[in-house]
Amino acid sequence: MSDSPTSPAVEFRNVFRSFGSTRAVDGLSLRIGRGEFFSLLGPSGCGKTTTLRILAGFDQPDPGGTVWIDGVDVTSLRPWERRLSMVFQNYALFPHLPVQANVAFGLEEHRVAKATITSRVRQALELVRLDPATFAGRMPSELSGGQRQRVALARALVLEPAILLLDEPLGAIDLKLRKEMQLELKALNRRLGITFIYVTHDQDEALTMSDRIAVMDRGRVVQVGNPAQIYEDPRTTFVAGFIGEANLLDGRTGGRADGRRTVHRHDGTTFLLPEHPSLNEGTPIRIAIRPEWLDLFPRDAVPPGENAIEGIVREVVFRGETIHVLVDIEGEQTITVALRNEGQLTRPVPWRSGDPVAVGWLPEDCQLLEDS
Amino acid sequence: MTRDSGLATRWRLTGWLLALPAALWLALFFAVPILILGVYSVMQRGVYGGVESGFTLEHYRRFFDPLYLGILGRTVFAALVCTVLCLLLGYPVAYAIARAGRWKNRLLFLVVLPFWTSVLVRTFAMIFLLRDTGLINTALLSLGLIEKPLTLLYTSGAVMAGLVYTFLPFMVLPVYASLEKHDRTLLEAAAVLGAPPARAFWRVTVPLSMPGIIAGSLLVFIPALGSFLPSDLLGGAKEVLIGNLVQNQFTAARNWPFGSAASYVVMVGVLLGIVVYLRSEGVEVGGKAPR
Repeated sequence: MSDSPTSPAVEFRNVFRSFGSTRAVDGLSLRIGRGEFFSLLGPSGCGKTTTLRILAGFDQPDPGGTVWIDGVDVTSLRPWERRLSMVFQNYALFPHLPVQANVAFGLEEHRVAKATITSRVRQALELVRLDPATFAGRMPSELSGGQRQRVALARALVLEPAILLLDEPLGAIDLKLRKEMQLELKALNRRLGITFIYVTHDQDEALTMSDRIAVMDRGRVVQVGNPAQIYEDPRTTFVAGFIGEANLLDGRTGGRADGRRTVHRHDGTTFLLPEHPSLNEGTPIRIAIRPEWLDLFPRDAVPPGENAIEGIVREVVFRGETIHVLVDIEGEQTITVALRNEGQLTRPVPWRSGDPVAVGWLPEDCQLLEDS
Repeated sequence: MTRDSGLATRWRLTGWLLALPAALWLALFFAVPILILGVYSVMQRGVYGGVESGFTLEHYRRFFDPLYLGILGRTVFAALVCTVLCLLLGYPVAYAIARAGRWKNRLLFLVVLPFWTSVLVRTFAMIFLLRDTGLINTALLSLGLIEKPLTLLYTSGAVMAGLVYTFLPFMVLPVYASLEKHDRTLLEAAAVLGAPPARAFWRVTVPLSMPGIIAGSLLVFIPALGSFLPSDLLGGAKEVLIGNLVQNQFTAARNWPFGSAASYVVMVGVLLGIVVYLRSEGVEVGGKAPR
C-alpha cells in the first residue's frame, strides 16, 4: 500500500482519548513493525481495548493525535476503508449466516469474483484447520466455542490482511484449547507474515506469543519490550507486579565495592546490587526479585556471595510444578520463594511452618525499578 | 436418570396446569363462538335477525358474487398497503428507539400511549383533522397555500391514514423487541469486513430483525383485514371493506348466516395464505419449535 518499505506497519503518534474527565488513552506513541506479533497487555480499564478500537477506526483519538498504517495517516478513515481484519472477543459471528457465508462476507463486500470466493473460503477454513466439507454449512449456533473461534479467525484471514487485530480472542475457551490456540496463532503469524496486534490481560498469553509487549497502565504505555525484557527487567513496580509474581524490597544505597553497590534496608540489614550508572550514594531504591530466583537455607548455611534476609516460614503452598514457601521477614513483609517441586511424596521440601530460615539470592538477580 | 425424567415429567405437568386457566378462557370465549359462527353460516336466515333451522350452503354461494369478491379483494389490498406503510414508517421508529439509550422507556411509553384512549374516539378525532373545516385545511388556507379546502375526508386516503394510525404500534413494538437484542459488535464486525453502514444494515440488521418484521406484519395485516371503524367513519360509501360488510350483516341487514359465512371465508383464506407465506419464508408452522 505504501512505497516506503521502512515505514512501520502501525504507528500511533501522540494519541489521547478522553471520556469526560477520564483519559482512557493518555499520550500514546508507539511503532509496531511489519510481521510483528505485538501485544497490548494490561488490566481491565488500562486503555488497551480503546487503543485497539482507535486503530480499527471504531473510535477517534482526541484532536492532535494520529494513527498511521503502512506510512499513511488513516486517522480520518472509517473502519471499512482501513483494510484491517479483526477477531472479536465474543467472535461476533453473524448468527443468521452459515459458516460459509460468514467467511465469504468480507470477500463479497470487497467485490471478489464469485468463483474465487468459494475456493478462498475453503482455503481459509483449511488454514484454521476446520474441514470445509463438515463445517461450511453449519450455523454458528451449531459450533463449539473453539470452532467459533476458528471461524472468526478464518473470516478475518480470508481477506489476506496486512494487519490482524485480536481483542482477547481466547478469553472464552478452556485452558487446554487456549494453550493450543496460542501456539497456532503464533505459527500463523510466522507463516503468513501478517502483523498481529493482540490485546490481552493474560500475561502468560502475552509472554507465550509475543515478539514484543506493550504493558499499559491507566492509559499509558509503561514499558515496551520483548517477553524476556518485560519479565526479567521490569522497569516499574506495576510491571513487576502485573507480569508474574515479584517480591519487592526497599532500601537506601550505600557505598560501592567490586562493581557492587551496598543497599541498606530500614532494619539495618544490607544486601548487594550490581552497580548501575543511575545509582548514587544515599538514594532510596526499590528492587524486585522473582520467586523462582530465591532459595531457602538454614540461617547458618547461606552460600558465600549470596544476599540473605532472615525470616520465619509462614506457610508452604503446594502448586504442582512449584512449591511456594511464604516467609515472613522484618517489617510485616512476606517474601514468596518458589522451589521446584521434585516430588513431595519422595523428596519433600524440608521447610515447615515456623522454621527459622534465610532467604538467599544472587546480587545479579535484583531487578532495579525506576519508581522507589 | 429415572429421577431426572421424573422431574421433567413434573415440570411438564406444572406447565400444563399453569396454562389451564388461559386455555379454558380461550375455549369458552374464542373457540366456542367460532364454532357457533360456523354453524350459523350454514343455517337459514331468521326474519328479524338470528338464525332458523335448516342446512344450506346458499350463503357461501352468495359470497362468491363479483360484488363481494371485489370488496374482499379491495380489503386484502388495503390491508397489504397498510402493512407495508406501517413497516416503512414503523421500522425507523423502532430502530431509533432501540438505540435511544436511557430514553428507551419513555419513547416506548409514547408508542403505547394511544392505547389509553378508545380506538373509536381516536378515529373520530381524525375527522376533525381531515374535514373541510378541519385543522389541516384551516392551516393550509390561512397560510395561503390553497384557495379552497382539499377533499381529505371520505377518501381511500383517509381510510388508509386511519388504518395506519390504528395499527402502527403493533409494528413498532415487535420490531423494536427484535432490534433491541442486537449485538452492536456484529455491525463493527461487518464494518471491519468492508461493509459501510448502509450495507451492514441491509446484510446484518435487517435479516436479524426478520422475526420482528414477520410478527409485526401479521399483527398489522390480520386485524387490518377485519377492521371496520376507519372505513366506516373516514371513508365514504365507496370505501366499504369486508369488516363493514360483516358488521352490516349482523346489524342493519339482519343476515347473520351471510355475515358468518363472509367471516369464515376471510378467516380460512387468511389462515391458508399466512401458512403458505410463512412456509415459504422457512418459518416452522405448527411443527417443532425452532432451536
